[in-house]
Amino acid sequence: MRYAETGYNLEIDLSRGNIEKVATDPKETELYLGGLGTNAKLIWDRVPPEVEPFSPDNLLIFGAGLLCGTPATGCNRTIVSTISPQTRLLAFSMMGGFWAPELKYAGYDKVVLRGKSPDLVYIWIHDDKVEIRDASHLRGKGAIETAELIKQELNQPKAQVAAIGMAGENRVYYASIEQGRSSASRGGIGAVMGDKGVKAIVVRGTRDLNIARPEEFLGLCNEVLDYIKYREEHPIPGVMPILAGLGSPQEMKVHDEKWHTENFMWGNSRERRKGFWTDEIAKEWTETMEKARTRLISCFNCPMKCGATISMPGLPTYMMKCFTKLTYTMGAFSDLDFGLRIAQKATEYGVDGFSAPQVMAFAIELLENGILSKDDFPGMPEDNEGRFFYLLDMIVRREGIGDLLANGTYWAAKEIGNGAEEFAHNNIKKTEQLPLKLSMLNPIYFLMYSTGEKINITQIEGQFPQAPFPTREAREEFVKDWIQVPDDRFKQYFVDWELRGENSMPFYPTVEMCCDIVDWQERMHYIDDALGQCAGLSSFPLKPPYHIHNYPKFISAGAGIEMDEEKLTAAAKRYRTLVRAINIRRGMRRKDEKPPANHWKKRFPELEEQLLDAYYKLKGWNRDGIPTAESLRELGLDYVSEDFIQRGILGDDEAADPTANQQAATAQ
Amino acid sequence: MTSKKKTIKNIKIDVDKCNGCRACEVICSSFHAMPKYSSNNPARSRIRVIHDPLRDIYVPVYAGEYAVAECAGRDKYVIDGKEYDECAFCRAACPSREEFKEPDSGLPLKCDMCEGEDEPLCVKWCLVDALTYEEREEEVVVEEEDTPDEIEIGLETLINKHGLDKLLDTVEQLAKDKS
Ligand code: SF4
Ligand code: SF4
Ligand code: SF4
Repeated sequence: MRYAETGYNLEIDLSRGNIEKVATDPKETELYLGGLGTNAKLIWDRVPPEVEPFSPDNLLIFGAGLLCGTPATGCNRTIVSTISPQTRLLAFSMMGGFWAPELKYAGYDKVVLRGKSPDLVYIWIHDDKVEIRDASHLRGKGAIETAELIKQELNQPKAQVAAIGMAGENRVYYASIEQGRSSASRGGIGAVMGDKGVKAIVVRGTRDLNIARPEEFLGLCNEVLDYIKYREEHPIPGVMPILAGLGSPQEMKVHDEKWHTENFMWGNSRERRKGFWTDEIAKEWTETMEKARTRLISCFNCPMKCGATISMPGLPTYMMKCFTKLTYTMGAFSDLDFGLRIAQKATEYGVDGFSAPQVMAFAIELLENGILSKDDFPGMPEDNEGRFFYLLDMIVRREGIGDLLANGTYWAAKEIGNGAEEFAHNNIKKTEQLPLKLSMLNPIYFLMYSTGEKINITQIEGQFPQAPFPTREAREEFVKDWIQVPDDRFKQYFVDWELRGENSMPFYPTVEMCCDIVDWQERMHYIDDALGQCAGLSSFPLKPPYHIHNYPKFISAGAGIEMDEEKLTAAAKRYRTLVRAINIRRGMRRKDEKPPANHWKKRFPELEEQLLDAYYKLKGWNRDGIPTAESLRELGLDYVSEDFIQRGILGDDEAADPTANQQAATAQ
Repeated sequence: MTSKKKTIKNIKIDVDKCNGCRACEVICSSFHAMPKYSSNNPARSRIRVIHDPLRDIYVPVYAGEYAVAECAGRDKYVIDGKEYDECAFCRAACPSREEFKEPDSGLPLKCDMCEGEDEPLCVKWCLVDALTYEEREEEVVVEEEDTPDEIEIGLETLINKHGLDKLLDTVEQLAKDKS
């Protein structure tokens, strides 16, 4: 019997309308865990680098994390993987909510889509019954609207629906997949879903999900719940409120937005507005939020309430999570009322809440700077808010200039030319980033921005405090109950870290320490992404309930795979390297690994090179960021090095390295 | 008829606090698995959350007594402009609806207040306090007649579903197979 996972994937060929239930190999789970790990393995095996994002041969995989659907609190992520139209690299966006557990209860770990349906369809999975159904009547409908219509049509109020809106149908490069209170937004996976002709995947499951060692597993779950309760009562002192507790940043609960509105850039990452947060604005925004917000809501099996139901007068209700609360507001230099109204439309259209407002602000800036002209925006209203609503419509319909803007700032700027590229200044690997511009280089963040395969900074950071605490006493206090560290040396790194002087940024933490810290933070995120655990209870906040010491026990007791810290670390490194290998095979190299040029005012080019060199080395990559044959062999990824050698990505001699062979021999 | 003291166990439900996470469903089904916690399936849960987020409806309902027959009247409720069948909020398993029945056997489920535990587990797992456990002593008039036990309820459901003859045939067949 398989535990925690079902042992079956659904393979759907949309071109032929063929549906297959395929048993998976438990050995793969042991090596790659599940979720992102096994998604990446499928993409490596079946999507060669010649395959374009909008090719029928591109796969779109909805993977439930290994522990999704078990009683493990907060374990509910669907990891959607495909080749991104925007970056042309692997995209692996995640959504919380209820979809992944429902898929498990229906009896599947993944839904793997290939081919392209000639007509718009939706997929209905009800335990063993799986159908491809006509969705032509849903064309152009909003994502939330679609979910409601399908549930009615099937008379299945409990079904979970992941759907795209018009943006996905029209292959907007930053189209999202929406699922009630959650969405998988980054990397344009909604565009690939639209390209495949799939409007929605609907799932309802009533099967059992088994646990290998039940009592032990429940004991672990109860410990996590107790710890969550403890942390609710004991927030971390000395850090800003959003870092003091657990869960995703509690944007729906928090009214005080001084920090975000004064520290993040407005417009397309243009301008900081110090002194913006006045008493008047505080009052106005609080009123707006309280009127709009009906209820704080959670994802499956989690008490943290990171989302909210939002009803703006005169608009349909929708659900919001996290930072979308501010992105449109700040992109348009407007207010919260506007932000919540346009987000309603944007959610129905299904666009990424980070990219969409940045692209719209970019268009306005091009207009204001004479790179685009009024003629490019026929019929655009005069008022600021009206212009953003107009742009959103043009983009999701790919009409006029919206057709270019729908490809994101990088591709649009290239096409527009005439100096537009200067305005697309906040990208990493062709994707819009958080609008931050800071003073002094932060070496830890430099590494995370540059080398993160997720290409989204907010989903890499977490375990290590963002800045030193002002006094040594406070730092010593902090490390006292820091049980989450994989090794005590991290405590020392932190205790010695000063705001000013010798032990301060950018030369402290030292290059080696920075690499160590980033490697730990990244490892935790990759583990979450394979298990389906929400980062909000694990890799994202300080001192979370899940960590490297209890995760192996969860996997052993839950999935019945014998696990310890070392084995888990190796597994995470294995599929992390595989994710990189997919991107390397698609052409990504060191030259692509850099933060936006003007991200930090004060830069240290030499130090930055050292950081990259040292980090690559730690990861087992060569100077160009390519995993070496030796490190691939150590991870059991020989098939990757063979492929690299065949393609000339690695030289022949690298396989014939005698020391490497020797090591392989002793390992056997 | 006699009168005696009885402990009334009760779960107070505060729908204003519910966030729709369904942790209560998860732990209930897990607790009632055989062996305990060995599997999990919210469809077998004895509590379920009626969940209609766009209309802000969040109503945890736990399973009450089995109703042998369909009820006569079924009122409609309009909440925030949407119509709900009274059935949706009913605590009984009955012949006409799927709720509170084992998904494969169709046998009715009933909340047993997590017999053997100090506190009902759904209450324990609901960290936002939407569920509160209450116990009170009450003088009750006890009918001499016993309440039917689980096997009886189960059999009755099967009779309702398949008819007495079919059930007897099956039992006979099984008895033959076993001997
Ligand atoms: S912590 Fe927040 S985002 Fe994460 S699972 Fe819980 S409710 Fe969802
Ligand atoms: S556990 Fe509590 S908050 Fe969650 S659904 Fe059940 S009653 Fe509601
Ligand atoms: S008290 Fe126990 S049996 Fe009853 S609904 Fe809650 S968890 Fe289930």
